[in-house]
Amino acid sequence: MSEAKTPVVANHWRALRRFTDARIGLGRAGVSLPTPELLAFQLAHARARDAVHLPLDVAGLMANLTPAIEKHLPEPPIILESCAGDRFTYLQRPDLGRQLSDESRARLPSASLDEPVDLAIVIVDGLSSVGVQNTAPSMVGGLLNALEQDDHDWKLALLTVVEQGRVAIGDEIGERLNARMVVVLIGERPGLSSPDSLGIYLTFGPEAGLTDERRNCISNVRPGGLPVEEASRRLLYLMREARRLKLTGVGLKDRTEDTVIEGGGANKNFLTR
Amino acid sequence: MHHQYAYQLGARTWRFRNLADLMAKATPARSGDRLAGVAASSDEERVVAQMKLAELPLSVFLNEALVPYEQDEVTRLILDEHDASAFSAVSHLTVGDFRNWLLSDQASSEALEALRPGLTPEMLAAVSKLMRNQDLILVARKCQVTTAFRSTIGLPGRFSTRLQPNHPTDDLTGIAASILDGLLYGSGDAVIGINPATDNLSQASRLLKMLDEVIQEYDIPTQSCVLTHVTNTLEAIEQGAPVDLVFQSIGGTEATNRSFGFNLKNLAEARDAALALNRGTVGNNVMYFETGQGSALSANAHHGLDQQTCEARAYAVARKFDPLLVNTVVGFIGPEYLFDGKEIIRAGLEDHFCGKLLGLPMGCDICYTNHAEADQNDMDNLLTLLGVAGCNFIMGVPGADDIMLNYQATSFHDALYVRRALGLKPAPEFEQWLAKMNIFRDVSRSEPSAVMPSVFRDRLKALPGEIASE
Repeated sequence: MSEAKTPVVANHWRALRRFTDARIGLGRAGVSLPTPELLAFQLAHARARDAVHLPLDVAGLMANLTPAIEKHLPEPPIILESCAGDRFTYLQRPDLGRQLSDESRARLPSASLDEPVDLAIVIVDGLSSVGVQNTAPSMVGGLLNALEQDDHDWKLALLTVVEQGRVAIGDEIGERLNARMVVVLIGERPGLSSPDSLGIYLTFGPEAGLTDERRNCISNVRPGGLPVEEASRRLLYLMREARRLKLTGVGLKDRTEDTVIEGGGANKNFLTR
Repeated sequence: MHHQYAYQLGARTWRFRNLADLMAKATPARSGDRLAGVAASSDEERVVAQMKLAELPLSVFLNEALVPYEQDEVTRLILDEHDASAFSAVSHLTVGDFRNWLLSDQASSEALEALRPGLTPEMLAAVSKLMRNQDLILVARKCQVTTAFRSTIGLPGRFSTRLQPNHPTDDLTGIAASILDGLLYGSGDAVIGINPATDNLSQASRLLKMLDEVIQEYDIPTQSCVLTHVTNTLEAIEQGAPVDLVFQSIGGTEATNRSFGFNLKNLAEARDAALALNRGTVGNNVMYFETGQGSALSANAHHGLDQQTCEARAYAVARKFDPLLVNTVVGFIGPEYLFDGKEIIRAGLEDHFCGKLLGLPMGCDICYTNHAEADQNDMDNLLTLLGVAGCNFIMGVPGADDIMLNYQATSFHDALYVRRALGLKPAPEFEQWLAKMNIFRDVSRSEPSAVMPSVFRDRLKALPGEIASE
């Protein structure tokens, strides 16, 4: 009936959007997007494009990190940068984003002669600083608290923050800090609906030149995605297993039982109930 | 023994170090080859390289391995399984004449099909570097590659989609909502395939079970896939999970695949396990591969080759395992490999061409990320071009926005656009199902019903709230 008044066919299953951020139930004009949906997409894309270029507010991050880390770590964090001097270079040259600049390397204490530590935590801006800015402090705080309560007495390297960095820059940092494993918290590339995702990469035995099959990843850590508490639980599981097995990557499967999203623990959903 | 890779143009002699160098410099410009330091240093050098490449005999690629035979199982696969008698139809041609032959009426669909086992990825990469976009479209269009499991994909006049209902926490209700949206827009005849949010065996098994239940409940003529590592899928099969398709991302060198954590033996083992389940109804192609230019360089495993040649070599890996679907995820990797819409469009057409000529059921994830210089208009262009070229399938993502992988692909609406613009229909089994379920009022016009079919409306009524009220 409404078809006679407007050329747009609405989808009343659009109400399912309370279960997902996916762009479902958009309706159609013919088989094409209705004008408001078209423009909503264009706006989201414009914002995501802008987010890629927003620099990390290092001073703000430090202010939020300090309360979470000062009672756990003996030294204050060090701020480092990669060889990619600016955003434009960073986007086109991932190889430079994986290497510390000479100046940063010189400032990083070489711990190769000391007794190894268990863990180095590295915070990297990555492709969107928003996730790092918003989520890294609580993630680091939660992890440090959990480690303190763990049976093992985790020895920690100093924390580093890297600008214009990629995941693999943590390998060089972990190696220089003589850490048995490194956790990299990095801003993931922004999606249309999620400019604020944090990714977490765990690598055992970090050294420059490793590739991704040697890592375990937990992605989409953000308020609308994987909650910090759940990410911490999975990370702690992976870290304990990595310490036991002395490896990360495809040889280390994440076998944490997932928290069940719907009540009752069944595999059911409305399509098969 | 070795060819002299030099070319005289006027007074100047241009020299190329070796065959790999010549191939790289003949490649249409793209950021990944500049990143690797293998690209031509000027536009003129690029065309001169193409002129030299055009003069080389096709057989050069049988005599000079671009990645050493002793070091690389992909090279061994390509050369050991090359069919000399099939190749004899074109063995006398240069690369330049091979382009002419492909475009000629001698190269019928039947002739191209008979030629497949005689071609190597490197021959196709080479000739594609001499071809314009319209050449890539016209020749690929002559190739028909049909595969089947519970639906038949790749028939003439058909255009299929993978329904991709990803969710950032693998929430089953959220996934179900996207599946319903896709089905009601006629998506999912190639596969319903989820990228899980974490690489977790129990999660993958749970998702496999859910997809299996949905497919059975509505008797949907399609197949499911959870895109987890091949070793995970093998373990899931051993634990009794309902696996239709085995997924793996693959690359064109042994070292790339090692960086992905697998080798050819792993793929063979997983394929055997999936075949033994015998879950297909109209066919038994059980593998789903994804590829993409740039993966070899990203893994430091490109051996000095350009990224398009590495990509074509990945299709030799795919060909070995008789896949249902091969998907080049063209714009996912980012601007350091394909900088803008122009480079993404070119790469998509090259990949589709090379895969089809080797006999692969090529689809394309027509996509871009927010840090690339591309937008929806570029995707519309590539979608239309691939539709004309006879691409087997594309992705279907709600509103083109993948909220888990954080990139933009093609939407359910986009698939209906291209079906309508080019007069294409979904897989025949799925077409019948859409009509039977009253999801589409007129499948031949790609016209969805204005009213939601009652079987689905009833399901919504079971949910709390007033979702189903009209």
